[in-house]
Amino acid sequence: MNAENTANPKTIIPKLIVRDLNFYYGNDRALKDINLSIAEKMVTAFIGPSGCGKSTLLRTFNRMYQLYPMQKATGEVLLDGANILDKKQDLNMLRAKIGMVFQKPTPFPMSIYDNIAFGVKLYESLSKNDMDERVEWALRKAALWTEAKDKLRQSGTSLSGGQQQRLCIARAIAVKPQVLLLDEPTSALDPISTAHIEKLIDELKEDFTIVIVTHNMQQAARVSDYTAYMYLGDLIEFGDTSTVFTNPKRKETEDYITGRFG
Amino acid sequence: MLNLYTRRRIVNAIGLVISMLAMAFGLFWLCWILWTLLEHGLPALAPVVFTQMTPPPGSDGGLLNAIAGSLAMTLVGTLIGTPIGIFAGTYLAEFGQRGWLAPVTRFINDVLLSAPSIVIGLFVYEVYVIRVKHFSGWAGALALSIIVIPIVIRTTENMLRLVPTTLREAAAALGAPQWKIINFVTLRAARAGIITGVMLAIARISGETAPLLFTALNNQFWSSNMDQPMANLPVVIFQFAMSPYEDWQKLAWAGALLITVSVLTLNILARVLFRQSATTH
Repeated sequence: MNAENTANPKTIIPKLIVRDLNFYYGNDRALKDINLSIAEKMVTAFIGPSGCGKSTLLRTFNRMYQLYPMQKATGEVLLDGANILDKKQDLNMLRAKIGMVFQKPTPFPMSIYDNIAFGVKLYESLSKNDMDERVEWALRKAALWTEAKDKLRQSGTSLSGGQQQRLCIARAIAVKPQVLLLDEPTSALDPISTAHIEKLIDELKEDFTIVIVTHNMQQAARVSDYTAYMYLGDLIEFGDTSTVFTNPKRKETEDYITGRFG
Repeated sequence: MLNLYTRRRIVNAIGLVISMLAMAFGLFWLCWILWTLLEHGLPALAPVVFTQMTPPPGSDGGLLNAIAGSLAMTLVGTLIGTPIGIFAGTYLAEFGQRGWLAPVTRFINDVLLSAPSIVIGLFVYEVYVIRVKHFSGWAGALALSIIVIPIVIRTTENMLRLVPTTLREAAAALGAPQWKIINFVTLRAARAGIITGVMLAIARISGETAPLLFTALNNQFWSSNMDQPMANLPVVIFQFAMSPYEDWQKLAWAGALLITVSVLTLNILARVLFRQSATTH
C-alpha cells in the first residue's frame, strides 16, 4: 500500500497546518510546541505509547477540548490557512468541516436513519427524497448499505459493534466534512470488523483528508501515507509512513516501532 | 487442620445462611402486611366500592369520590412536578459543572427529598390554604407536586449522568449545539430511567396522607371542583380506620388494598420498563 502511495501522482497540498501548538490540562502541558502539516486527501497516522498526546492533538483539530473548562490550547492550527483556534471561529461550522469518529462506537439512541440524518439536519434542510438519498449515499460510502438497508428504522444500537462503528463513520461523512478524525476507531473491534474499517479508510481518502490515531503500529503501516510518532507530548518524528517504519531517523522511533519500548 | 478449600466452603455456607435469614426476616413482615391486607381487604372489595360515595356511618357506600379525588390530585401533582423536576435535573447534570448554584440546589434538593411529608403539608397550609381561606384539591395537588419534584430531580440527574460522555462528545463533534445534544441525544438516552423515576414518584404520592390532611382535607360527597375540599383515599382510610364503625373500617381496608395494589403495580411496571430498555441499549 505504501509503495502504491509513493507512486501516487496526487499532488500534496497541506490541509491542516499545526504551528507551535501547546496544550494544557489545567497546569499539565500535554503537547509541547507541535509543528506539522496534514496533507489533503491522504491518511496521516499518529502513533505513540499511551499518554503521549496523540489523541489530545487530534482533539484540538475540532476543538473537542472546549467541552471541558480546564483544557486549553495555544498556538495555531490552520485549516486552509485560517486559524481554527481563533476565538472568532464558529465552532459548529468548524465541526461541519471536520468530522470525528471515536474509539467506542457511539450510536445515538434513535433509528439508523435518524442517526445519519441528525448531523445533516444541523446544516441543511433537505426534502424527504434528498435526505433518503443522502442517508443511502453515506451508508454506501461506509460500506454498511447492504447490511442496513432493510432496517433503517431500527435502533442504531441494534447493530453489531463493527456495524455501529461504520454507522458512526457514515454519520460523520453524511455531513460532507473535508477532514475526518479517527480516534482509535478499531481498538474496540474484532479483526474482521477492523479489516472492514481499514479497507474503508483506504477508499475514503479519495474524498476526505483523514487523520487517524492508533495504538496498532501495523495498522498505521497498513493504512497511512504519513506517520507521526509522539512521545510525552513531543512530536519525535514525522514523515512518509514507509520512511518512518523502514528507516526512522530517530533512535526513539526505531525502538518503539521495533517493539523494544512501549 | 482443615484444608483451605474446605474452610472457604464452610465460611461461604455460614455467610449464605445468615444472608438468607436476613432476607427471610425482611420478607416475613412484608408478606404479613400483604396477607393481612388481603385478608381484610378482599372481602370488603365489593363492586359498590367503585360506584358509590363515602357513606355516613351505618349506611352502605363506597369510595368512588375518594378514588376520583386521589386520581385527580395525583395527576395534577405529577403534571406540575414532573416538568420542573426534569428541567432542574437536566440543569444539574448538564450545566451544573461550574459555580455555586448547582451544588447548593443539589444540597437543598436532598434535604427536600428526605423532608417529612407532613412538613410539606403544613407549608402548603401556611402559604396557600390560609391565604385562600379554605381547603382545596389544588392545595392537595400542590403539596403532592412538592414531593414529586425532588424525586424527579434526583432520578433525572442520576440517569443523565449515566449517559456516557462519549455520546455527548460524538454529538458535539457533529457540530450540534448544546440544547440539541441534550434534547435529542442525552435526554433520549436517559428516557427510560427518567420515566421510571416519574412512575416511582407517582407511586410515592399516591399513598401520601400527611400532606393532604392540611390541604385537600376530605369531602364526603362527589366533587369535581378542584377548588373545593376533595376526598382522597389516604385521608379516608385514616379517618375510617380510626372510627368505631365496622362498615367504615371495612371500607378502609378496601381502600388500603387498592392503594397497595396500585403502588405495587406501578413499581413493578417501572422495573419492567427499566429492565427492557436496559437490555435494548
